[in-house]
Amino acid sequence: MYGNGVSKARKIYIMSMRVLMWASVAVTCLLALFMIVYISVRGIPNISWEILSTKPSYLSGGIGILPDIMNTVYILIATLVIVIPLGAGAAIYLTEYASNKRIVAVIEYAAETLSGIPSIIYGLVGMLFFCQFLNMKTSIIAGALTLVIMNLPTIMRTTQESLKTVPQSYREGAFGLGAGKWRVIRTVVLPGCVDGVITGCILSAGRILGESAALLFTAGFAHALNGIFEGFSSPGATLTVALYVYAKEQGEFGIAFAIAAILMVLALVINLSAMLTGKYFKRRRNI
Amino acid sequence: MSDIIKVKNMCLWYGEHKALNNININIPGKSITALIGPSGCGKSTFLKSLDRMNDLIPGVKITGDIRYKDKDIFDASVDVNELRREIGMVFQKPNPFPMSIYDNIAYGPRTHGIKSRAKLDVIVEKSLKDAAIWDEVKDRLKKNALGLSGGQQQRLCIARALAVQPKVILMDEPTSALDPVSTSKIEELSSKLKKDYTIIMVTHNMQQAVRISDQTAFFLLGELVEYGKTETLFSTPSDKRTEDYITGRFG
Amino acid sequence: MNNNKKVFEKAVHGIFLILGLVTIGCVLMITVYLVISGIPAIREIGLLKFLFGKKWESASSDPSYGILPFILTSVYGTAGAIVAGVPVGFFTAVYLSKVASKGVKETVETIVSLLAGIPSVVYGLAGMLVLVPGIRRIFHVADGASLLAAIVVLAIMILPSIIKVSTTALDAVPKEYEDASLALGATPVETYFRVSVPAARSGIATAVVLGIGRAIGEAMAVMMVSGNVANMPGLFKSVRFLTTAVASEMSYSSGLQRQALFSIALVLFLFIMLINATLGFFLKDRKGV
Repeated sequence: MYGNGVSKARKIYIMSMRVLMWASVAVTCLLALFMIVYISVRGIPNISWEILSTKPSYLSGGIGILPDIMNTVYILIATLVIVIPLGAGAAIYLTEYASNKRIVAVIEYAAETLSGIPSIIYGLVGMLFFCQFLNMKTSIIAGALTLVIMNLPTIMRTTQESLKTVPQSYREGAFGLGAGKWRVIRTVVLPGCVDGVITGCILSAGRILGESAALLFTAGFAHALNGIFEGFSSPGATLTVALYVYAKEQGEFGIAFAIAAILMVLALVINLSAMLTGKYFKRRRNI
Repeated sequence: MSDIIKVKNMCLWYGEHKALNNININIPGKSITALIGPSGCGKSTFLKSLDRMNDLIPGVKITGDIRYKDKDIFDASVDVNELRREIGMVFQKPNPFPMSIYDNIAYGPRTHGIKSRAKLDVIVEKSLKDAAIWDEVKDRLKKNALGLSGGQQQRLCIARALAVQPKVILMDEPTSALDPVSTSKIEELSSKLKKDYTIIMVTHNMQQAVRISDQTAFFLLGELVEYGKTETLFSTPSDKRTEDYITGRFG
Repeated sequence: MNNNKKVFEKAVHGIFLILGLVTIGCVLMITVYLVISGIPAIREIGLLKFLFGKKWESASSDPSYGILPFILTSVYGTAGAIVAGVPVGFFTAVYLSKVASKGVKETVETIVSLLAGIPSVVYGLAGMLVLVPGIRRIFHVADGASLLAAIVVLAIMILPSIIKVSTTALDAVPKEYEDASLALGATPVETYFRVSVPAARSGIATAVVLGIGRAIGEAMAVMMVSGNVANMPGLFKSVRFLTTAVASEMSYSSGLQRQALFSIALVLFLFIMLINATLGFFLKDRKGV
């Protein structure tokens, strides 16, 4: 028996598993490579200063995406400004206040449920609730509020995770000095949230940037150029929605690819910053 | 009794660190050999070298000669998987797979190509009987093995090792995670198994070594200080360090 | 502690409680809105006729609102994406978790999270201009915008989360299991697939269920490549999903047609809740072991 080695059947099994693994990794990497190269090749030549700095004009027939860029910025700001206190606050409640296990379980279940709901449903309910019921009409702010609900679980989760790393002894130390609960929260807990909130913001920014289905019927697809304040109450397409409209409804593929290339670059930037901040926070925690 | 394992001038490095220095030992078949020594003395490392489990750790380099049945185990013609089938291993922490009891035992034979249900049934029953756990589990072979107690899990692991018909069983502190009752069951079992198998056991428990082993090897700081009949080594050790250790002066 | 301070602390507690309850409020709001706006059309059309009607002709003078084509398309599309995407994701995950060196693992994981970060409309765009014409040419069909195109796009879109969740599950398999298998004479590859994978099965199942949820909920990318016609599903037919049915008529619909769209959203929501329940089951299973 000794020395006759691995049987032929086993060798075939092992080899086929290896081949399947290599092939799968190759497929995954090639897909990514293809997307990057294809979108860059088709998109980057179409990016020009003119496109970036103008709005579409029926008179000249030119298309500019400045309004879409501004709308994206507006919606990003509005969403994050609203979702951070909500999400971080909920996380603080869960980790610092909630003593009733049932409530914690229900809130966490609700957050899980929210993160599983497809964005088209958010879009629909956002339209019914914010645009119609609260009479906000189709507007950036209605879109932003819809995205707030979508991103709530993300901010909650990342904040909760960073609060878990605040040592219990810090809180006890502060209480021991006679500090009230709020003072402990302000001096110990809130600083502990920062890492989580930043991580959550980066992840949410990625989602907001990529979102389209939830915005179609809440923020609409107008290309008007607005200042920041009238911008919130006016309808407007973000870059992703604009890409969809240009590609699907208008057949303007050049501009669609230009936007796609910009979105890819932004996604890359967000990815890198998520990775770098993640590494930075980890290192800081270990010291 | 002929020697089933022969080790000559064996050294082992972890990267730059020399963990074992010039080990020479011959281990007779169908007996129990105990490896004792303080933590970090290299006895577990030595044990794992015998079925080449150290191959899996990056940076490990071994020189010298380890022969199993007079064949160099590092020879290119030796199939490491076949070697590990012949030289089984039982670990410190019971580690049954998260599968049914039956599947745990059948895992090894299945891996080595036995597919017939009838044959597997026979092997499973025999292995469990040989490991003295059959009566406790025969009614729940389909139940998850993680539901067993720690002692039962360890005997299951021994049964799992027996199922591939090894010649040698390496045991790495098999009772250190167990209660006294389970420990004595494993000891009883080991004494019974040496009729058919060669057992090499790392242990921290010197009473255990005295109770069950035929030979004892004492390791210290990566060296094999003394090796001989258990009775002799514990009653009249020839090395001062051995004496210090077995009388509890350090370690 | 003086009285003022007590009141203040109570107020702070109250504020945080309200913030904590916002999530529950949101879920309730979504559920209530979907149910309230989804029921009327179902009532008017009839539940069976709505769910099992094979014809969706919302624009005709004698409209019929059967959503079986959408339901089946969503089910087939999701199943197709799972069949195509899960094996690739699964084998990639085993490779990353068990075989790859640290450097390779980090590199491929970066690539995978990049894939995850690409917006769905960008996938849709690439699908429209590469996949759709490709399918037309390869299979000699009149229009490449089809269920097949949607399946391929969905499979690619669920790939990153399948890989990530499975890799995490496989990474968490205790090394002791693998050592035991190797010590029995199994080769490393046999050990990965016969011990590590079964040990990580609930995590891998979670990955698949998450993938199902993502695939069934995706709207824009499928809208761009599936042709958006209310046909009963066929691999090379133009089809409409539950999600795209809602999206495609919302902007110009009114009356019963609009209400029927809300009913479709309700059906989609119920599918998602079912998937969530399955997910909860697997998560609990994992905590149990």
